[in-house]
Amino acid sequence: MSEVRFLLDDAVVELRDVDPTGTLLDLLRYRLRRIGTKEGCAEGDCGACTVLVGTLDDQDQVHWRAVNACILFLPMLDGKALLTVESLGKPGALHPAQRAMVDHHGSQCGFCTPGFVMSLYGRSIGACGTKGKSVGDVLAGNLCRCTGYGSILAAAEAIPAGERDDHATVVALTGLRRTETLSGRYADPLSGSIRHWHRPLSTDDLAELLTAHPDARLIAGATDVGLWVTKQHRVLETMIFVGDVADLATMNETDDGLRMGAGLRYVDAAEPLGRLHPDLGELVRRIGGPQVRNAGTIGGNIANGSPIGDTPPALIALGATLTLRCGDERRTLPLEDYFIAYGHQDRQPGEFVESLFVPRPTSTTRIAITKLSKRFDSDISAVLGAFAIDLDGDTVRSARLAFGGMAATPKRATNAEQALVGQPWSEATFEAAAMALHDDFKPLTDVRGSSGYRLTVAANLLRRMWLAGTGETVSVLELADV
Amino acid sequence: MSDRDPGLTGAVRAPLPHDSAEAHVSGGALYADDLAEASDLLHLAFGQSPVAHGTIRAIDLSAVRAAPGVVAVFTAADIPGHNDVSPVAGDDRLFADGEVVCVGQALFVVAATSATAARRAARLATLDIKQRPAFVTIAQAREAGSLIEATQRMARGDADAALERAPHRLTGSLELGGQEHFYLEGQVALATPGEDGQVHILSSTQHPSEVQHLVAEMLEISHADVTVEVRRMGGGFGGKETQPALFAAAAALVAAKTGRPAKIRADRDDDMVMTGKRHDFLISYEVGFDDDGRIEGLRLDLASRCGATTDLSPAINDRAMFHTDNCYWLAAVEIVSHRLKTHTVSNTAFRGFGGPQGMVAIERVIDAVALHLGRDALAVRQVNLYGAGRNVTPYGMTVEDNVAPAIIAELAESGRYAERQVAVAAFNARHRVLKKGLALTPVKFGISFTTTHLNQAGALVHLYTDGSIQLNHGGTEMGQGLHTKVAQIVADVFAVPFDKVRITSTRTDKVPNTSATAASSGADLNGMAAYNAAQTIRERLIAFATRWRQVPEDTVRFAREGVWVGGDLVPFATLCRQAHIGRVSLSSTGYYATPGIEYDRAAHRGRPFYYFAYGAALAEVVIDTLTGEHRVLAVDILHDVGRSLNPAIDLGQIEGGFIQGMGWLTTEEVVYDDAGRLLSHAPSTYKIPTANDRPPRMDVRLWQPGRNVEPTIHRSKAVGEPPFMLAISVLSALTHAVAAARGEAGCPALDAPATPERILAALAR
Repeated sequence: MSEVRFLLDDAVVELRDVDPTGTLLDLLRYRLRRIGTKEGCAEGDCGACTVLVGTLDDQDQVHWRAVNACILFLPMLDGKALLTVESLGKPGALHPAQRAMVDHHGSQCGFCTPGFVMSLYGRSIGACGTKGKSVGDVLAGNLCRCTGYGSILAAAEAIPAGERDDHATVVALTGLRRTETLSGRYADPLSGSIRHWHRPLSTDDLAELLTAHPDARLIAGATDVGLWVTKQHRVLETMIFVGDVADLATMNETDDGLRMGAGLRYVDAAEPLGRLHPDLGELVRRIGGPQVRNAGTIGGNIANGSPIGDTPPALIALGATLTLRCGDERRTLPLEDYFIAYGHQDRQPGEFVESLFVPRPTSTTRIAITKLSKRFDSDISAVLGAFAIDLDGDTVRSARLAFGGMAATPKRATNAEQALVGQPWSEATFEAAAMALHDDFKPLTDVRGSSGYRLTVAANLLRRMWLAGTGETVSVLELADV
Repeated sequence: MSDRDPGLTGAVRAPLPHDSAEAHVSGGALYADDLAEASDLLHLAFGQSPVAHGTIRAIDLSAVRAAPGVVAVFTAADIPGHNDVSPVAGDDRLFADGEVVCVGQALFVVAATSATAARRAARLATLDIKQRPAFVTIAQAREAGSLIEATQRMARGDADAALERAPHRLTGSLELGGQEHFYLEGQVALATPGEDGQVHILSSTQHPSEVQHLVAEMLEISHADVTVEVRRMGGGFGGKETQPALFAAAAALVAAKTGRPAKIRADRDDDMVMTGKRHDFLISYEVGFDDDGRIEGLRLDLASRCGATTDLSPAINDRAMFHTDNCYWLAAVEIVSHRLKTHTVSNTAFRGFGGPQGMVAIERVIDAVALHLGRDALAVRQVNLYGAGRNVTPYGMTVEDNVAPAIIAELAESGRYAERQVAVAAFNARHRVLKKGLALTPVKFGISFTTTHLNQAGALVHLYTDGSIQLNHGGTEMGQGLHTKVAQIVADVFAVPFDKVRITSTRTDKVPNTSATAASSGADLNGMAAYNAAQTIRERLIAFATRWRQVPEDTVRFAREGVWVGGDLVPFATLCRQAHIGRVSLSSTGYYATPGIEYDRAAHRGRPFYYFAYGAALAEVVIDTLTGEHRVLAVDILHDVGRSLNPAIDLGQIEGGFIQGMGWLTTEEVVYDDAGRLLSHAPSTYKIPTANDRPPRMDVRLWQPGRNVEPTIHRSKAVGEPPFMLAISVLSALTHAVAAARGEAGCPALDAPATPERILAALAR
């Protein structure tokens, strides 16, 4: 039965004949007439389409997440609760989050405003990824071109925090629970083809489905695949949505390290990764905006093989291993071996990334992970340098230096590593390693930076690690306010 | 008009929220794409040129026409009238005809049953375009002598002789990048056919009249047959001054040809590729100065990338020239301005309209002088300020309202400039990797369209017999709070509460022949026109009340509690009703034209501006000398809005303008490849500031003594554009931070936007 059911405020919406790559934004705007949700970019970069999606867990708790409706495909909504700006209040009876925006002059043209209101509302109810975060971090995925943000930040501070009463939502979502894979077929009038989709609930079912449909496209958060559809107009024929595979999103933290299921979202991985090393937590904070981190997954960031994905270099430096599964067969390999060439990974038909293990750094390991981009938040790396250097006293025992943005894949700098190993922890050693990087990389020039800049800063990141060790303040982000 | 403060009744000067604020926050504010769609609506998409320059040999549209959902496809051959969507020069085509002049140029439009169907089909054309050599960069166009108009020269005194005489002499150059508007609402138009060939267009435009005229001439119908309407835009910033005509014309053509409503809503990437941006500039200078840094002679060379067509580039580059003095007396100066024609999308209006580029040039000159002499840059700024006996601009206008010295002095004091310079030097001495910079820069921005005839506006005010008021004027609302301000002005005339005034959408059938809402002029022009309309009705009401109650005219007084008529309090609604029964018209137009301005463009002499708006900003930044990363740590702003009509809205304009300017000079980089393709065509690659980029400490204040010396509406000043240029303080502070890191005399060659890569490059030069 190919219907998608979700809860919009307190009413169940049932969709039949679902276009599996139809977006929630288009559904809201052009079919449900919820026009408060806006399209600003259709690629998850501006937040004008921010809505809250609630998921019921097995403890009967609803987890609300702010996400971009523009790249959320309809099957991903099945069994979820949805709140839009219209869910909150109306003129004359505004919700406190809306009232505060009015009182603090937080809207000018008003087009980004509903998205901001939803992010602020999410913060006020303690939605995923908002607790303990600065307002700026909560809003980093919402662009405003008019206000300069001061009025919105002031509004945020004036919004009272409060628990949302989810009782009715829990009851309604319980009624929408499914126990088996949801599948659908869509006779697409534009492509003329029958397009198939599946939404499994367990890793075993996923493995079985993928064996049966080895050409299927796996879609987790759709933060990348969403753009294939909205921007490139690609037609996906067979899709498996993995966002609700519960046992793919687990994690297990031990003294040895952290095992993360491939379906773990960035937002849920941030804290445990930060416990391995603070630089990892800071790195995750700067991946996309909150809406992207609430949707995208660690496994997706690896599996798609991008040379500028943010987590692979860091995880490679820490010595992470990747487990792939095909049917009931599993194999484990060092993460760096997964990336073979641009657009080519070590993944066979029918195989999927199941989990990742990141060993806990030892007390003798020094770590520095730095992302360089034009803008600090919600930007893609020009260069990402991740260094893990193990010391035996004052001598480098081993070194893992991994970079993103320097080659066609996330890649280790083997020449620079060799320049470090066996050498004393000294400025001269780091200088030698910095120079050796020229033999490791011939980076490209593109919109994010020139080849020369990339090589220069990559080397400087090594020098910076040395200087940081001397007690020097090395990051502009460390400075206190004036 | 005299200063009306004593007569104000409450609405004016109140920090009221935006009139649509409650609708904004609840999602109920309607933008052009938000109307319920008619069942027979056609959705449109453009077929675009993939090459920068070429001759069209053939376009095969058979696959486009055969694609699912496609209803019709139109090309240049289908246009009944003029194939023109340009503001002035007649050189922007709706659809390319024979020649393509930039990547993304519209070749045809597809009309289909859904937006997706139209967008997919638009990619299916088979194009045969013979590619021709393309000039992409300023340098390429300059070498080829490719210009959109003759090089312009503005001069006073003998710059060569002054340079020769000066004790010190410096040369330098600067690359200054363009800027994408990134209004959150992209370009959109909905055309609905009416009876007898008429068409109604809902357009996201700052210039409804221009859209009306271009559509009429494109369809070969009269202006009176076309109605253009805009309730609000989701941001404009100049990007919807001329650019919406392309989209509106395409929608109107399809509506006229098919008899069905037609909507075009540009995808963000298409919007960024197909519409113009702020002009990027190459600036070089030669300056002569004395030991105190006093400029004795200056030669400036400005070259800008205008793109493939004329658009508004002549006026934009003129305004760059007008602002190369900023607040400074230039006794002997020559400014040469090259307007280069390239095979890139035609650059267009953007907040500041060339002024920011001119102002960056002179502020860089001052920084170079200061760094050369090892003197404090603020001190050098101050010795160069306009003052008594040295108060005439290079274009011959006397500066009569020079409040820059007072604002600068107050900000230096309140922002603890001297103390913080000492602290910055101490920080820099203590830190090896991080270096700070601090700079205070002023702004003087000329207010008026420099094309004099544009300085006029109309309004239409209706009173109804229940005492409610409907307001219409020629200005458009793009978030700047124009409608709020104008409604405050009208409410004040009748002493009624603000919410008695119903603001309606801007429509060419209500107020005709309007100018663009641009040049910061919206409240000045439309506010006064609406004031005049309301005042006309008010005078009629006074005359009626005098007759009705047989009392002297001076006993009729409008007050918050109602209208006092010879000692009796009459509710406003009652007076309206009685006046109607007494056969008095409760509707009036109003009109305003800015007095006293004239400009001789051929000689570049005259008084192009009614007055100047002023401000100053103090910015503290820190750079990372290993990565080039930087942060703006603290900003203090003091800005002159005259006597504010609405301080909350004005503060919002100031802060928003500053952050937008900061983005232009730091993170926002427009990048083309060698073939003229825009690489930064989406927010994934083009980075405007986020909330975390706002300086952690930002202190924005209105300059309290502010009062317009000219009799503008309630002595206010324009505020849309001037604050944008306050952000030049950031570039200046970054320049000083780089200089501190280099530790040698002289000005670093820091180009803009000052991305990490450019900061590293400036450190290495």
